Amino acid sequence: MKFKKILFHNFVFFAITMEIFFEPKVFENKKRKPEEFAEIAKELRRDVIKSLLLAKSGHSGGSLGTADIFAVLFFGGFLRYKPENPKWEKRDRFVLSAGHICPILYATLARAGFFPVAELATLRKLGSRLQGHPALDTELPGIETSAGSLGQGISIAVGMALSDKYLDKNDRRVFALTGDGELQEGSTWEAAMAAGNYKLDNLCWIVDNNDCQIDGRVREVMSIYPIDKKFEAFNFDVITIDGHNYNEIINAFEKFINNHNNQIGKPTVIIAKTKMGFPISFMTDNYEWHGIPPNEEQALRALAELQ
Amino acid sequence: MENFKLLGKKATRFGFAEALVELGEKYPNVVVLGADVTGSVLTSFFRDKFPDRFFSIGVAEQNATTIAVGLALSGKIPFFATYSAFSAFRNADQLRISVCYNNANVKIGGGHSGITVGPDGATHQALEELSLLRTLPNMTLVVPCDYIETRKATLAVAEFFGPAFVRFGRAPVPWFTTEETSFKIGKAEIFREGKDVAIVACGLMVWEALVAAEELWKRRGISAMVINNHTLKPIDVKTLVDAAKLCGAVVTAEEHQVHGGLGGAVAEVLAKNYPVPMEFVGMPDTFGVSGEPEELLVKFGMTWREIYSSALKVIERRDNKIGSNHVYRKVKDIAPLSNDIL
Repeated sequence: MKFKKILFHNFVFFAITMEIFFEPKVFENKKRKPEEFAEIAKELRRDVIKSLLLAKSGHSGGSLGTADIFAVLFFGGFLRYKPENPKWEKRDRFVLSAGHICPILYATLARAGFFPVAELATLRKLGSRLQGHPALDTELPGIETSAGSLGQGISIAVGMALSDKYLDKNDRRVFALTGDGELQEGSTWEAAMAAGNYKLDNLCWIVDNNDCQIDGRVREVMSIYPIDKKFEAFNFDVITIDGHNYNEIINAFEKFINNHNNQIGKPTVIIAKTKMGFPISFMTDNYEWHGIPPNEEQALRALAELQ
Repeated sequence: MENFKLLGKKATRFGFAEALVELGEKYPNVVVLGADVTGSVLTSFFRDKFPDRFFSIGVAEQNATTIAVGLALSGKIPFFATYSAFSAFRNADQLRISVCYNNANVKIGGGHSGITVGPDGATHQALEELSLLRTLPNMTLVVPCDYIETRKATLAVAEFFGPAFVRFGRAPVPWFTTEETSFKIGKAEIFREGKDVAIVACGLMVWEALVAAEELWKRRGISAMVINNHTLKPIDVKTLVDAAKLCGAVVTAEEHQVHGGLGGAVAEVLAKNYPVPMEFVGMPDTFGVSGEPEELLVKFGMTWREIYSSALKVIERRDNKIGSNHVYRKVKDIAPLSNDIL
């Protein structure tokens, strides 16, 4: 029995070592057909699983659930950036307000070529640029701001959009992603009020609406619904989509870009209905995966599902 | 040594507001955010002159602070000012994470500070913010002593990159420095030479310290040094330690709770470098009440009289070695030094 157990653990260890190799593949940021994003999102999710396994702590659920949105935004030609020149002054900016799901941001930035993919193995380790929550002071290329205390990133994004629209009068865009539990922070509605008031049509606010937070269902912990009507009242153009449907994600970003080009005088919000932990069978739509990493066996199963 | 004379009375908020207009002319990337009280903290001066560079955010200080960070991360030099009660407390988390952790080039104005906001009462009398702001990494914290110095401080914080907080007030207070008075962020200025006791003050208490020093000299022949310690962070260790060495007794005076503000900062410096007896003049760990500014300063003990009596007390403690009779054994004799390799 004991021998069997040791054998099993050795097997797991071996399998993990084989799996954890981060293939240094990067993806181009270009117009793509919807089906092309599946492969990219799968790679991002594999990176998330691997880096969280190595970190032994971190947030699996939201990182996996938003992978499809990250794939389209960063690799579908919507966010304009130059990985070789992260501070390119004409770049669009992406602000991750829900800082705890940074494993997906790190995976995305690495796969976009901002920094070596192998660095994903250092997540949350002493001396790493991949802090537990994004940190500007590590100078990790592609990070626009520190974030972790919920509700703050979106206001920073509003400040960036104000600067672009009213002071520099350029055509840059600001994308920001908040969680849905994050909308319980009162200051997010201050941000919404300011974005609507200042007619920030260069701001695209993505709400990851998986209805999960640490304590349970968002609607049970403290309901924030209806989300769409609240944003409409703050003068937003509201787009509600299935956050795992590439066609719908693409259409939503195209709509925002049209809104910006046509200067509709309204910010855009994309309410993306997602499932936490999607598509891993034992994680999907389970709020218990909000803030934990997979153990070795779980990681192997997840990686197998992501073949 | 400059001989300071009372030139009049003027609220320090005018210094802040006038400096903002000057900065607006000098730097096209200086922008100002308002949280509804622009007429009170006088950011209205800037708004009226540079309407395109003024953003009204409404009564939403958390949002204003973080929007300022977004502007700073876009290459602007944003100044956000409202009452200290709201620009240092309501937004404390935003200051910690978005401003200081990002090391964003955001400048915060803390108006209507201290007990001298008067009749508005305890809710608006910010008397605790220095202790909070002092613990934030990357923060520069300046408490100027009068109208002219507030103008200089506001101009000065725009000249370096990083978060800064300038504290000022609503009520007219003694104005006694001039354009020629030297001012440098991080450099405590000796406003009066003395060798019996050092009075370290900031804000409006600097004038009270000068009055106390004059009274100590006239009444008792005590020679008191007065230090204007306008920058609480980074603090001027050398000037403070030199004063402690020379005088052997220190009194701090501030329009702030006695805990955690200037007194705490000076005590930290001296405890580490050159411990001497200290006394602390400030708000005695209580909330304020409504009243006229001068009545309140008297009621809560923040005038030259308390500095005067604290100076006598600290000198007595020094001269009679109160609290220092104990004889300690010399630790170096106890164990070999090699044990200290950790």
